[in-house]
Amino acid sequence: MKTVKFQLEPLTCPTCIKKIEGALGKQTGVQEAKVLFHSSKVKVTFDETHVEVETLRTIIEKLGYPVLSEKIA
Amino acid sequence: MEKIKKSHIVMVSGMLLGIAFLFYLLKLLLWRDAALILATVVAGYPIVKKAVQAVRMRAFSIELLVIIAVVGALIIGEYVESAAVTFLFLFGAYLETRTLEKTRNSLKTLMDMVPLEATVLQGGRKVILPIENIVKGDRILIQSGEKIAVDGKVVEGQGFINQATITGESVPANKKRGDTVFGGTILDNGYLEVEAEKVGDDTAFAKIIELVEEAQEAKAKTQRFLERFANVYTPGILVLSVIVFLFTQNIELTLTFLVIACPGALVISAPVSLVAGIGNGAKAGTLVKGGEVMENLAKMDVVVFDKTGTLTKGKPEVTGVKGFGMKEDQLIKLAAEVEARSEHHLGRTIVKEAKNRDMVLTNQPFNFAVKKGQGITATLDKKHVVIGNRKLLENNGTRVNNDAYSFAIQEEKYGNTVIFVGVNNQLAGIISIADQIRREARETIEHLRALGIKQTIMLTGDNKHSAKKVADQLGIDRVFAEMLPEDKVAQIKQLKAEGKRVAMVGDGINDAPAIALADVGIAMGAVGTDAAMETADVVLMGDNLAKIPYTYRLAKATVRNLKQNMFFAVGTVGLLLAGVLFGKVFLASGMLIHELSVLIVILNAIRLVRFGKRNKKRIWPINGKLAKA
Repeated sequence: MKTVKFQLEPLTCPTCIKKIEGALGKQTGVQEAKVLFHSSKVKVTFDETHVEVETLRTIIEKLGYPVLSEKIA
Repeated sequence: MEKIKKSHIVMVSGMLLGIAFLFYLLKLLLWRDAALILATVVAGYPIVKKAVQAVRMRAFSIELLVIIAVVGALIIGEYVESAAVTFLFLFGAYLETRTLEKTRNSLKTLMDMVPLEATVLQGGRKVILPIENIVKGDRILIQSGEKIAVDGKVVEGQGFINQATITGESVPANKKRGDTVFGGTILDNGYLEVEAEKVGDDTAFAKIIELVEEAQEAKAKTQRFLERFANVYTPGILVLSVIVFLFTQNIELTLTFLVIACPGALVISAPVSLVAGIGNGAKAGTLVKGGEVMENLAKMDVVVFDKTGTLTKGKPEVTGVKGFGMKEDQLIKLAAEVEARSEHHLGRTIVKEAKNRDMVLTNQPFNFAVKKGQGITATLDKKHVVIGNRKLLENNGTRVNNDAYSFAIQEEKYGNTVIFVGVNNQLAGIISIADQIRREARETIEHLRALGIKQTIMLTGDNKHSAKKVADQLGIDRVFAEMLPEDKVAQIKQLKAEGKRVAMVGDGINDAPAIALADVGIAMGAVGTDAAMETADVVLMGDNLAKIPYTYRLAKATVRNLKQNMFFAVGTVGLLLAGVLFGKVFLASGMLIHELSVLIVILNAIRLVRFGKRNKKRIWPINGKLAKA
C-alpha cells in the first residue's frame, strides 16, 4: 500500500469532493480516496501492484482539476 | 492561467449582460436577445466542460443540473434567465474562491513561512540551493532576518530566533552552539551556521502543518449531521421535483426548483467556520485537532490540571540537602549515581545537581528497579540503596524517625517535594526539590473561572503539602495529591460519571491515559514530543497555559458561528424553495440569492480569522500587571 497526495488548484465547490472521491473510488487498486477540501489536496491510498500514480492523476485531471504537484509517501 | 481565464469569462459575460440591458433600453430587442445568448454561451462554456468531464467519468455534478436548466430556459425563450444563471454561477464560484482564500489564509501564511531556498556551504563555497535539494548533514548559513529552512543543530555563530511559528511565543529565543533550531522560524538578528538534521516533510514544522491540514478535515458532529442530511436531502429533492412536475406539469418551475435546492451554502456552512476557527488557533500557537474537538471544547465545564510540568515549569531544582550521618556531597553523589539510570524528572534533577557540583559519577547501579509513583531501589557499591517517598523506604525496612519526618513535613510545607534516601536500611538523608510555578498559571485559572468554567482541579503524584501550596497560590478549587497514573484515570472517570464535561491538561507522557479519557485532552506541546501531539485533542505549542482560556473562547465563538451559518443556510434554502413553489422566485433571482447566501456564510466565517485581535489590547495590560506582581 502506498499513499499519494495530489495538490490541486484551490477547490471551491463542496460538490467536487464527492465527484473526485467517487471517481477515484471506482478505480481498482484504490483503497481509500480522500479530498482534503481546505488544503485542496487529494490523498489516495492505493495498491501499487494494481494501479499507478499516473492513472490516478489522469482520473483527477480528466474530471477537470489540473494536478499541480504530487507527493508519494 | 486557468484562474485568469475564469475571471475573464466572468467579466466578458457580465459586460454582455450590461450591453443587453442597453439594447433593452434602446428597445433593440433582437440585439438584446443576441447579446444574452452570446453571454449564455460564453459563461456556459466552462460549465458545460465541467459537466461533460464529470459525465464521462460517470460522476454526478451540480454543473449538469445547471446546464439542463439553462438549456430548458433557452428552449422556452427565457434568454435573460439563461444568461443570468450562467453568469451568476460562474461569478459566485469566482467570489467563493476569493473569499474562501481568506479563511484558508491562516494555514497558507503558515506554509509560506518555509523558505524556498537556502544558502549551503559546499566545500568552502556558498551556494544557494532550492530546499528540495538539501539533505541531512548539509551546513546551512543563516543571516539576520532570514527564515530557517531545516531542523538542525547550531554548529557556529549565535543569534536570536523568533520561534512564534512553532511555539506561538514571539519573544525571541537565544540560540548558540549546540542548540536546536527549527525550520519555519526566523533569525531576528545574529548569524548562524546550522547542520541540517531534518529536512522537508520530516521537520517539526511540516508535521504541524500536516496536523492542521488533517484537523481541518476531521469532522464535527454537526458537520457529520449536515452530511447525512445532505445525503438524504439530495435524493429527497429529486423525488420532490418529480412530484412538483407531476402536479404542475411545468418544466421551468421544476428545473428552477432543482437548481435552487442545490445545498451549496448548507454543505459549506459548517466546514468554513471550523476551518477559520482552527486556523486562528494554529496561528496563536494552539493546535485544535478537528471540528469535534472544537465542539467539545466549547462545552467543557471542569478543567483538570496535572501539576508537574503543566502548572509548574517541570524543571525542578534541588533546594535543600540534609544528611543523616552522611555528608551533603556524599549523599548527592550516591543518589545521582543511582538516579543516572532513571528517566524520572526528579531523578534527573538530582543528577543535574551533581553535575552542577562538578561531581564525577563513578559507581554503576545494579538490580535497578523502579516502583512506579514511589521511587527506585538498587545495589550500588555493594550497598542496598532506596530512593523515594517515605512509604517506599518503610516497605523496604528503613525506619524514618520522628525528627526526620517532621523535618520533611516542614520542607513540604514550603512547597518542596521531599525525597528520602536510605542506605542498608538506615535513613541516610533527605533531598528537597521544588518546581517553579509557570508565570501565567494563576491568570489562566482566573480567566477560566471568569469565562464560566465551574471547577478547576489539580491532580498530582506529588505530596499533599506541596500540592496544597501550589493549589492555594493558584486559586484552584480541588486538589488530589499522591495520585498514581491510574488514580488520575479513575478521577476523570468519576467526574465524567457525574455528568461533567472534563478537559484534562497534562504534559503528555505520564498523563497520557487521563488525556485520552477526558472529553478534551490538552497536551503541553513541549516541542518535539510526538507522543503528546498524537494522544491529545489540543496541543499548546508554546506550553503557554494562557492559551487555554483563549482557545476556550475561540471554540465558543466557532461553534456559535457554525450554528449561525447552519440556521442561515437551511433557512435560506427553505424560504427559496417555498418562494419557487408559490411562483415568487425565479431561476435568476433564486440563483442570485442562493449565491449570496453562500457568500454571507463565508463572510461570517471570516470574522473568526480575526477573532482575538480586537480583544488583545484588553487582555495584555492584565497580563503585564500580573507578570510584575
